[in-house]
Amino acid sequence: MSAVASILPLAFGALKRNRMRSLLTSLGVIIGVGAIIVTVAAGEGSKAVLQAQLATLGTNLLIVLPGSSTSGGARGGPGTGKPLTHEDLLAILAGASAARYAAPTDRTVVQVVLDDQNWLTTVYGSTPDFFAIREWSLAQGRFFNASEADSGAKVCVLGKTVATQLLGNGDPIGQIVRLKAMPCEVVGVLKSKGQSSQGQDQDDIVVMPWVTFKSRMMSQDRIHVGSILVSAVSPEEISHAQNQVTGILRQQHRLADAQQDDFTVRNLADLVAAQEKVADTQSQMLLYVAAVSLLVGGIGIMNIMLVSVTERTREIGIRLAIGASETKVLLQFLIEAVVLSAMGGLVGIALGLGASLVLARSMGWPFVLTPLWIGIASGISMAIGVIFGFYPARKAARMDPIDALRFE
Amino acid sequence: MASEPVIRLVDITKTYTTGEVQVHALMDVNLTVEPGEMVAIMGPSGSGKSTLMNMLGCLDRPTSGSYRFEGREVAKLGKPELSALRLAAFGFVFQGFQLIARTSALENVALPLVYADVPSGERKRRAKEALARVGLAGREDHTPAQLSGGQQQRVAIARALVNNPRLILADEPTGALDTRTSQEVLGLLQALHKSGITIVIVTHEPDIAAYAERRLVVRDGRILSDEKQTPRDALADLAALPPEKAS
Repeated sequence: MSAVASILPLAFGALKRNRMRSLLTSLGVIIGVGAIIVTVAAGEGSKAVLQAQLATLGTNLLIVLPGSSTSGGARGGPGTGKPLTHEDLLAILAGASAARYAAPTDRTVVQVVLDDQNWLTTVYGSTPDFFAIREWSLAQGRFFNASEADSGAKVCVLGKTVATQLLGNGDPIGQIVRLKAMPCEVVGVLKSKGQSSQGQDQDDIVVMPWVTFKSRMMSQDRIHVGSILVSAVSPEEISHAQNQVTGILRQQHRLADAQQDDFTVRNLADLVAAQEKVADTQSQMLLYVAAVSLLVGGIGIMNIMLVSVTERTREIGIRLAIGASETKVLLQFLIEAVVLSAMGGLVGIALGLGASLVLARSMGWPFVLTPLWIGIASGISMAIGVIFGFYPARKAARMDPIDALRFE
Repeated sequence: MASEPVIRLVDITKTYTTGEVQVHALMDVNLTVEPGEMVAIMGPSGSGKSTLMNMLGCLDRPTSGSYRFEGREVAKLGKPELSALRLAAFGFVFQGFQLIARTSALENVALPLVYADVPSGERKRRAKEALARVGLAGREDHTPAQLSGGQQQRVAIARALVNNPRLILADEPTGALDTRTSQEVLGLLQALHKSGITIVIVTHEPDIAAYAERRLVVRDGRILSDEKQTPRDALADLAALPPEKAS
């Protein structure tokens, strides 16, 4: 260790004599390490955003949508085919053991009126399970209960945005709002969820019992269900629940084995996982680019070290002649290379963190500082110095002092 | 130990093979140098005197023969042992100074101490002492480019001195210097010799060899003659030189 300590100043001295060259040589490592830091930070940041969005959707969420019809080769969207029914919902509730909750969901856009205020919003008709599935919690009041849901009581729960638009900071509980001329008592206000991944305001919502919704908002029968939300008992059970729901609905719809599903079961976790995979793939591509940059940086260091060794042949001759051991000369040049690459690494980490911060700010990601990757990046930059510095250092150490002293 | 000669070469031969031609740089050289001697090795270029010098300085190994340095057989030592020996016992003064550019005189002089793992504080102190001994106190921070030829050679001598060597080998120490600075450098070497260090000077100039107390002549890889002489006094000769013109 004392040998390294006494040689360290020699290495720094040599690098200081060629400041500009040292900086340019480190550039490859600076860029490579910086790219690694930015890539990892961006990957982690976007993943954190995706996960936060998944959490606001409701974890373990499956959405059952009615099938589409095909007429003359043109396929309609969901709802144009065989609709889902209340029977389907009951069958899922009774038969799908991997599903904890299932709720019918219909919605329409309605003008909500309170005194002299009004607001256009989306009204959902569902059951109390809806709140559990979408993981809504209350800011004020209560959810409507099962008996209210079954009896078609004229009660509703407001989203934060709707409550604010109608009442400002006033207390909405017990207020009677009118929707399509139906007076409806506000029993609760939902806690804010903020924007969805598509940028929609998730709090711009009114939820009322499904029975009430069907009869008073849509003037429809209570047989057909727009869509069914299902929540699996755990994240591991999502695909199991998906299979169960599919099986039950096929039976309900009396589909023969050869027939295709006339409904769709969408797994939102899968969608998010797919998005994450895309993000991961992009991160990986960028990491490869960073790796290539590091390789180029390493070759640059080797190149400059070889030039340096040749330039300083006589100096090396002097050192060897006065009694420097081969090990110490090797160590000196190796340290020079490691210092070059490690300094590049440090600058790269600093620049990378700065760029990640700017990127996180502009993209609205959380700034995720990854100590592990900072450690890895510093390790890599040191390793580059050792790997690419070894050959030039060995070349210096193996010189014959007599020839080296005569070198012009 | 005192009875052992510093150098004892027995039947030293060095043969270089270039292509199919064998060149005998040294043939059956026998030489003994006692402690405290000041020896000049003379010869024209190609005579083998440089090879002999490299051999004595353990920079090169003989093809055959025995080299005892202070009684220790060194002809067959490996590279690391030779490095350690050069570091501990030898001081080198090369033709053309061979200082490290853009590096202060102090750091140049301290270089052998770095490799000997001497702590930084002591390194500085000893390097300063050595510079003072060659008359360069106050020039510690000057780089070679800021020093005259004579001063550079004195820095080189200080570097050779700093590790308290038993033997100083000087290869054409005045080769790049004018008469006056040559006299100064020779005076310095004579002073070191008086302090008890064994000194071997390699030169092709009889004028320089005249300052040693023993003169060897090498030709065609053999020692042609080996005779004692009364050395000239470099400092007296320096005083006798016509005064330097003010420039």
